[in-house]
Amino acid sequence: MGVSRRVFLGTAAAALAAPMVVRAQNRPRVVVVGGGAGGATAARYIANDSQGGIDVTLVEPSRAYYTCFFSNLYLGGFREFDSLGHGYGGLATGGINVVHDWATGIDRDAKTVALAGGGSLPYDRLVLSPGIDFVEDSVPGWSLASQNAMPHAYKAGSQTELLRAQIEAMPEGGVFAMVAPPNPYRCPPGPYERVSMVAHYLREHNPSATILIADPKESYSKQGLFEDGWQTHYAGMIQRIGPDFGGGNVEVDPAAMTLTIDGQVENVDVCNVIPAQRAGGIVHAAALNDGDWAPVSAYDLSSREDPEIHILGDSAAQGAMPKSGFAANSQAKVAANAIVAALADGRAFPPRFSNTCWSLIDTDDGVKVGATYEASDEGIVSVDSFVSQIGESAEVRAETYRESLGWYDAITADMFG
Amino acid sequence: MGRPALFAAALAGSGLAAPGPAAGEGDPARGETLFRPCAACHMIGPGAVNRIGPHLNGILDRPIASVEGFAYSDAMSEAGAGGRAWDDTALDNFLAAPRNYVPGTAMVFRGVHDAGDRADLVAYMDAAGTPDAAPAADAAPSPEVAAILALDGDAAYGAYLSSECTACHAAGGSDIPAIDGLPPELFAAALVAYRDRSRDHQVMNTVTARLGDEEIAALTAHFASAD
Ligand SMILES: Cc1cc2nc3c(=O)[nH]c(=O)nc-3n(C[C@H](O)[C@H](O)[C@H](O)COP(=O)(O)OP(=O)(O)OC[C@H]3O[C@@H](n4cnc5c(N)ncnc54)[C@H](O)[C@@H]3O)c2cc1C
Ligand code: HEC
Ligand code: HEC
Repeated sequence: MGVSRRVFLGTAAAALAAPMVVRAQNRPRVVVVGGGAGGATAARYIANDSQGGIDVTLVEPSRAYYTCFFSNLYLGGFREFDSLGHGYGGLATGGINVVHDWATGIDRDAKTVALAGGGSLPYDRLVLSPGIDFVEDSVPGWSLASQNAMPHAYKAGSQTELLRAQIEAMPEGGVFAMVAPPNPYRCPPGPYERVSMVAHYLREHNPSATILIADPKESYSKQGLFEDGWQTHYAGMIQRIGPDFGGGNVEVDPAAMTLTIDGQVENVDVCNVIPAQRAGGIVHAAALNDGDWAPVSAYDLSSREDPEIHILGDSAAQGAMPKSGFAANSQAKVAANAIVAALADGRAFPPRFSNTCWSLIDTDDGVKVGATYEASDEGIVSVDSFVSQIGESAEVRAETYRESLGWYDAITADMFG
Repeated sequence: MGRPALFAAALAGSGLAAPGPAAGEGDPARGETLFRPCAACHMIGPGAVNRIGPHLNGILDRPIASVEGFAYSDAMSEAGAGGRAWDDTALDNFLAAPRNYVPGTAMVFRGVHDAGDRADLVAYMDAAGTPDAAPAADAAPSPEVAAILALDGDAAYGAYLSSECTACHAAGGSDIPAIDGLPPELFAAALVAYRDRSRDHQVMNTVTARLGDEEIAALTAHFASAD
């Protein structure tokens, strides 16, 4: 099936996004930190729904956003790398000030955001969607300094390309190892979709190679579907060591390229370490966290610490939704509605959320899991849900994969214009 | 994009590939049961009119993309260029994999895997949809859909609700159908069919399960005013 038919003008469009911090004095100001799944959606919806009545500034260091979603399909050879990149030209054209910089701190009393490049941005409401950072020392022996030897590829871009290059360079019959993360982490089926895509690649190019997963979790998302698929497509290739057999007791040595599971040393050729995760650093810098994540109200995603700051996507502790791009996009729309209602007299509608996560197991073998959600005082709660079934026909699975292609095009247009 | 050429190649090749059994060999009674998923979009028999898909009366030997008043996709119209008609083999190949046979078709349907099922379907359509079962002039929506269409839909609420839909439905989408161009009757009828599960789809059944009549009316009003 054509992989190259969806090509995005990621970097070219970003060049249009010359930051211009021009401000009309009288318009209410919203600053959005993080131009990923949640932040880009929030910026677009606030600017559109207020019809220019709100001055929106987006702070994002990268010129092009590479999606984590579908990055596993690139590893498997189903997507071109460039098709994952999206520039900020569409947001700039939509009237949003795009500032390519890092937010380094938040003064919650003065209501300003400090930028790494100097200066600060005042806000009436602040939206934070900074994604994840890794918990230091969660995998003994691994640190960010070793991410070249043992990539995480859990923030997309050069890490994804590096992991793909390492898989290509594996010796015949080599070992691909993954250290899977503990809950909660972004994209619950992500590590297992990745294993499927690596297995697909290896079956085509290096069929005697094997895959070893060390996993601290008892069970994981769509487990039955993945294990059934691995049995069907990649029999004998994949071994997962769960917590009962020491999968949670690991140590790595990036210099020696070894992975030690419960005291047993394995020599590996590629080691994909996906560490434990926590809210993006800016959330912690502003003391909006409780432990690793940022508690929020389910009604408008406002921080439990500061009602004028809304925290979306992976960083938020919101209740029942998984940490996914779909969920971040869904939450952004609820927050945008509340912000436009508060600052520009927009109509406020009841919060409602939804999510679907597709995963590809092998060519034309797609599966999905999804749910609808609503707000409660305790957090976001699930209303209704569905999941693909074991034993579905090949046609249903191929249709599910095609749906995911339609979803990727639609949701990236919804985020980036 | 070479679509007509692809289609021509598929037609030419179909004579060589093992063709499905002719309609004469199919079982129309089994075909009637198998037609149920098609009925979500197509009517056939006396009084049949265009719904989401064209009516299928007289489909065997009917020229491709020829029903008046139905807005076919460019792909289907091109496939029908020169008056080419649906014969047993073309129907068999189309139903096996609609989007492989007519790339770019607006028919959102995964296809019928089993050749025997396809023969039964063709036999049923041939028997049920005789050409003299002439289409009625106008389609009356079901009472449930008519009641929704009679509501004064709140387009602003519909715009807010539509933000759930745009995560999957884009203008010009084909892997997931575009919904912004649908006539209000068909749009509301499709949502009602997913809600009462006469049309099966895991995602759309879940999405519509929490849409009341007021929400469907609001969405219909929004999508009607959007174009
Ligand atoms: C391998 C993999 C597969 C996945 N597959 C899917 C999938 O199929 N479907 C799905 O829905 N989700 C999927 N996800 C999950 C999805 O990528 C995330 O849940 C989603 O991106 C979260 O959105 P976010 O806005 O919270 O963070 P992000 O999208 O990560 O965006 C955060 C942005 O904030 C910026 N930022 C961070 N700190 C600062 C700062 N201090 N100042 C300025 N900018 C800052 C970053 O540069 C980044 O651009 C997958 C994830 C992975 C890793
Ligand atoms: C989801 C809605 C949908 C379903 C389900 C569906 N169709 Fe269709 N069908 C369409 C649409 C829309 C078209 C017009 C396609 C185009 O213009 O590209 C079409 C076109 C056709 C045509 C060509 C008609 C012509 O005038 O040239 C045939 C034949 C057909 N469908 C048969 C079937 C059969 C048989 C089934 C069930 C096995 C089925 N369809 C299921 C929507 C559907
Ligand atoms: C998670 C993805 C997703 C979401 C969200 C979603 N849809 Fe759908 N929708 C689909 C898919 C996939 C189909 C095709 C289903 C089929 O084959 O019957 C579809 C089909 C439809 C159809 C029938 C189109 C046709 O041509 O027959 C309508 C109408 C529709 N959706 C409306 C909506 C509305 C309105 C919303 C928001 C309230 C919505 N959808 C939300 C994925 C989605």
